[in-house]
Amino acid sequence: MSQGLLKPGVYFMRGNHACVEGALIAGCRFFAGYPITPSNEVSALMSRRLPQVGGYFIQMEDEIGSIMAVLGAANGGVKAMTATSGPGFSLMMESIGLAAMTETPAVIVDVQRGGPSTGLPTLVGQGDLMQAKWGSHGDYEVVAYLPNSPQEMFDLTIKAFNTAWAYRIPVIVLADQVVGQMIEKVVVPPHEEIEIVERKRPEVPPDMFKPFDSKYLVPPMAVAGEGYRIHVTGLTHDDRGYPTTSHEVSQKLVSRLVRKVRENEKLIGEWEEHQTDDAELVVVAFGITSRSAMRAVREAKREGLKVGLFRPKTAWPFPHWALRKHVERGADILVVEINMGQMVRVVKEHFANLVKIHSMTWAPGTVPPPETILAKIKEVYPR
Amino acid sequence: MSRLELVKRTRTDEIRSLLRTERFPHIWCPGCGIGVALKCYAEAILKSDIPVEKHIIVSGIGCSGRAAGYMRLDGYHVTHGRPIPFAVGLKTARPDLEVTVFSGDGDLLTIGGNHFIHAVRRNDDINVIMINNFTYGMTGGQYSATTPNGARTLTSPYGFIEGTFNVPYMVAALGANFVARWTPLHDRELTRAIQEMFKIDGFAFIEVVSPCLIFGEMNNIPPLEMLKHFRKRCVIDHDADLSKVGLSTDPDQPIVLGNFVRRDRPSYQTRYRELMEKIRGGGGGRG
Repeated sequence: MSQGLLKPGVYFMRGNHACVEGALIAGCRFFAGYPITPSNEVSALMSRRLPQVGGYFIQMEDEIGSIMAVLGAANGGVKAMTATSGPGFSLMMESIGLAAMTETPAVIVDVQRGGPSTGLPTLVGQGDLMQAKWGSHGDYEVVAYLPNSPQEMFDLTIKAFNTAWAYRIPVIVLADQVVGQMIEKVVVPPHEEIEIVERKRPEVPPDMFKPFDSKYLVPPMAVAGEGYRIHVTGLTHDDRGYPTTSHEVSQKLVSRLVRKVRENEKLIGEWEEHQTDDAELVVVAFGITSRSAMRAVREAKREGLKVGLFRPKTAWPFPHWALRKHVERGADILVVEINMGQMVRVVKEHFANLVKIHSMTWAPGTVPPPETILAKIKEVYPR
Repeated sequence: MSRLELVKRTRTDEIRSLLRTERFPHIWCPGCGIGVALKCYAEAILKSDIPVEKHIIVSGIGCSGRAAGYMRLDGYHVTHGRPIPFAVGLKTARPDLEVTVFSGDGDLLTIGGNHFIHAVRRNDDINVIMINNFTYGMTGGQYSATTPNGARTLTSPYGFIEGTFNVPYMVAALGANFVARWTPLHDRELTRAIQEMFKIDGFAFIEVVSPCLIFGEMNNIPPLEMLKHFRKRCVIDHDADLSKVGLSTDPDQPIVLGNFVRRDRPSYQTRYRELMEKIRGGGGGRG
């Protein structure tokens, strides 16, 4: 392994390792985590790589400590992340709310396993989709990416850092056990071709600076020790960061926290489509499930069915505007996911009663095989 | 105006410059010890060689947790029980900052107990000022891990029976580099102890045993009585046997104060930086 950042080239690499190398290229210089399967390869490689690039690694006493250390580092102006899986992700929820409220950028990698509870630590799941959006109390918005390959563990981790630092929000890389642990080709492009986003810095002197100035959708961020002497609190706060119970301020603050993402959903949201142009049935699948669904969709086409694949690369915001085109053409939808029906709820929220929306749920801790998806495609195919 | 008065006034102005006075009146009850401890912290900052901009305060939730909001410093008021891991992340990533956690017994030793013991074990280079008022004052006075046995609280109406942390004994046993205990009645000693903390590489801890009106009310101790109680019972003994300094409600038992422990175990942050230099120097890396 090279001492500095991973050089451009073609590698044969594990998803969790690609995530680490992507993070380092994105500028991550702090990692705090706690052992949990199947994300352990992230912290193991971080502990080796961070000191090599002048960064800081710490294994904390639990996942609450891990995410809080990440928020501390981020408020010190250092790009920081943690990685975990279901149970640890649950423990982090309160602090993810703090990150949203204090507009602290952070990257949280959740390598999903089967659940609920301790569930299936070594097997795959996609049941944290709703938790990623709604897990902490109160109203806020996050962004969650859905990698489906080691290549995307690299690419989307870099994007996660950029989005977190551009919007001052917690961003989740919602991976899964298979994508995290599988080994595949990863292409690292020349570093100068990789877009890296930094925080927007204050442009006024400290006495004029308001750390949560509501005239901005995303206020410039001052970090600890820069002389701005800011107050940062998880309490509802005004433009100066001071706690308040003012109804007007609360309304304005919470609205802004959600508008940061809602008003930019088309800039943030990403998806990919295959043979959807004339599809009469669009299969919606994400993460590792999309790989199996792709095979099923190709097979169906060979058999003469007009079936396409729509793959969200962001769960949140969900790219509903892109899927709408197919709904307006009259295509039915089949959502395939390794949970008991979470993304299908989102699809129904947007398109219920417009077309037929079918759901294939799955919870054995495996990836649904292409033939099973193909059978479901044939079962629900419009005729 | 006499020279002494002038000096005093200038000093007061300097301390005020470190406070967000536009946020006053503060939330603390008259007679509460938190404000005095905060003043001592401000005084220690002024006397330190570290620029004010490099002093960072991190607080959790509760009465003492509001301290971060009243200091004109970069101040972080985080989730309940979690100021220590936040401070650890900040200090690790930014070694140039002087990071002080200022919070209460419920926040740091009850909900936050796990973070506390591991920060001491790692010897994280942070300062921790813990106000011990024996109770959760802000939520009405429930019992905490430092409530003395027998004491009445909102949730121990028949007297507390769980058992109580002997805080300096525990923190010393865990390996902290600096362990002290003072009260708001000992403001000079407390200020000096905080100044001492700033010089220490590693975990530095002060327990500030503080009068609390909520706690007093439930135990039939009027505010003024409580201060007298403190004056009468306090004994300074820097070399005290820490196994015997646990606090009780017994008016005949002393409240033992002092700067108990001063050690030089290198901090996690120092050891990490040494390791990093070795790895980077040895491998000829770029990055």
